[in-house]
Amino acid sequence: MSLPFLIFAICAILAVAGAILLIAAKEPIHSALALILVMISLAVLYLLLGAPFIAAVQIIVYAGAIMVLFVFVIMLLNMGVEERTNFSKLAKYAGVPLGVLLLFAIAHFLAHSSAGTAIANGAAGTASSSTRDLSTQLFQQYLFPFEATSILILVAVLGALVLARKE
Amino acid sequence: MEFISQHPVLVASIVKIAVLLFIVMTALAYLTWMERKLIAHIQSRWGPYYVGAHGLLQPLADGLKFLFKEDVTPPVADRLVYTLAPFLALTLGLTAIALIPFGPPSIPFPFLRGQEAFSVADVSIGLLFVFAITSIGVYGVALAGWSSNSKYPLMGGLRSSAQMISYEVSLTMSVVGVVLLAGTFNFNEIISGQQGYYLHFIPRWHVVPQIVGFLCYLTAAIAETNRIPFDLPEAETELVAGFHTEYSSFKFAMFFMAEYANMITVSCLATILFFGGWLSPFPERWAWQLFLPGAGLILLGIYCAYDTLAEMRGIARIQLSVVTLLCLVGGAICLYPPVAAVIQGPFWFTTKILIILFFYIWLRGTLPRFRYDQLMSFGWKLLLPVSLANLVVTAAYFVFGWVKHG
Repeated sequence: MSLPFLIFAICAILAVAGAILLIAAKEPIHSALALILVMISLAVLYLLLGAPFIAAVQIIVYAGAIMVLFVFVIMLLNMGVEERTNFSKLAKYAGVPLGVLLLFAIAHFLAHSSAGTAIANGAAGTASSSTRDLSTQLFQQYLFPFEATSILILVAVLGALVLARKE
Repeated sequence: MEFISQHPVLVASIVKIAVLLFIVMTALAYLTWMERKLIAHIQSRWGPYYVGAHGLLQPLADGLKFLFKEDVTPPVADRLVYTLAPFLALTLGLTAIALIPFGPPSIPFPFLRGQEAFSVADVSIGLLFVFAITSIGVYGVALAGWSSNSKYPLMGGLRSSAQMISYEVSLTMSVVGVVLLAGTFNFNEIISGQQGYYLHFIPRWHVVPQIVGFLCYLTAAIAETNRIPFDLPEAETELVAGFHTEYSSFKFAMFFMAEYANMITVSCLATILFFGGWLSPFPERWAWQLFLPGAGLILLGIYCAYDTLAEMRGIARIQLSVVTLLCLVGGAICLYPPVAAVIQGPFWFTTKILIILFFYIWLRGTLPRFRYDQLMSFGWKLLLPVSLANLVVTAAYFVFGWVKHG
C-alpha cells in the first residue's frame, strides 16, 4: 500500500464519516464541526489530485470563512439541541433506497467516463494545476461566467442588507 | 540504513520536524520570559528574577506548574469540543511554522542528497497554505468560548470570531501587493526576489515600495493574534479572561502557547514578505558580516561574565556562568568560517523575527485597549480601504508598465 493511497483512504473515510455525522449530530455546533471536517478532508483529496491551489482556496474560503460565519451565527443565537420528529414513512422506505441508487449511478458514471479513467490512471492533474494556468483560464476563457458569479454574489449581499433593514 | 537511503524525503522531514518542534517549543517558553521581562522594564519593575539568574528558569517552572495543576472541566461544558479546542489552537499554530523557510534552499541537509536543511516543506503556494492554516485557527478560540457554556467565554469567543473575520480580510489584502511584486506564492522565490540594493546599500526589500501594505499587515496581524491593543477576546477588565476563563492546567497553557506560536508565525511572514527573510541587510562585499553572529554571541558572553562576577550571588552565579560558557563556546564555533557561512541565513531571519516580536511586546507595554466599536470601525472603515487602495496602486504600476515584472 503506497502512502498516497493510505492518505486517500483516511481522508475519504473521514469525509464520509463527517458527512454522516453532520446529519446525525443533534448539537448544531457538532454539525458545523463535522462539515469543517468534510471540507478539510476534501482539500487533502484535491492536494492528492495535484491541485494545491484549489486545496488552499477550499480551506481558506469554505473552512476558514464561510464555516466561521456559520459557527459565529450558531454561537450568537445560542441555539439549543435540535428537536427530532419521527422520520416520515416516505423518507424511510423510498428515500434511502433511492439515495443509494443515486450514489451507485454517480459512481458508475464516473468510473466509466473519460475523466474518471484519466484520474484512476494518474494522468489527470498534470494538465493545468499551476496557479498561473488556472488564473489564465479563469480570467480569459471563463471571464464572463466569473464576473457574472461575482455580480450574483453582490446581489445576494444587497438582498440580505435589504431584508435586514426592514426590521 | 537502507530505509534512510530509500526514503530521503521522509527521513529528512521527520528529523527537521523534530528539531523544529524542539526549537519552537523552547522559543515559545522563552518568549513568555522575554515578554514578562520587557514589560516589567517598561513599567519600571524587575519582572521574573528569583527562579534562575534573571528568572531564566521561570518558563520551566511555569511549565511544571501547569502540568501538575488540577485539570478542571466544567460539568456543563461540552466535553468533546472543550477538549478539542486547545489542541486545535496549538496544532494549527505550530503547523503554520513548518512552511517557513529559515535559511536559503542552497544549503543541503547533512548526509542526505537533494534535501534542504532549513525548510520542512517548500510548497509552491506556501503563502496561501499559511493563510489557510491561520484561517482555521479561529476555531480554537471560538469553540473554546462556546464549549465552556459560560457567559464570559461565550462573549470572548464571539468577539474573537468577529474580530478575526474582519481583520483577516485586511491581512490578506495587504499581502497581495507583495505577491504582485514577487509574482509568486513561494516563500523562497519571494525572498530571493528581494536581493539587490537601492543606491548600493539600501536593501531592495518589499517594505520600501510596500510600506503602506506593511503597516496594514502589521496592524491586521496584531488583531489576528489577539494582542494588545486588539485583545478584546480576553479583555480582563470586562470578560475575566475571555474565551479561556474556564480553562485550567495544561489546556490553559496550550492556549497560551498557541498565542505565542501565532505571534511567531505572523512575525515570520512579515520578515519573509517585507524584510527579505534570510537575506542579509548588508551588501555581499562587506565580508565582515560573516562574523557578526559569532561576535554577537561572544559580546553577550562577555556581558554575562561581567554580570556573573559583579551582580550574582550564590546559585545564580553558577547558573549564569553556565550561560556565559555556552555563549562563549557557541560564539567561538560560530566564528569558524564554514559554520559562519551556514548560519548566516537563520541568523538574519531570527534577528528580524526578534525585532518584530520586540515591537509587539513594546506595543503591549505602551498602548491601551481599543473599545469594541472602535475596533470594528477601524478595521472596516480605515484598514480595509487603505489596503485596497495600496493593492490598486500596486496593480496600476504593473498595468501601466511603470515597472517590469520579475
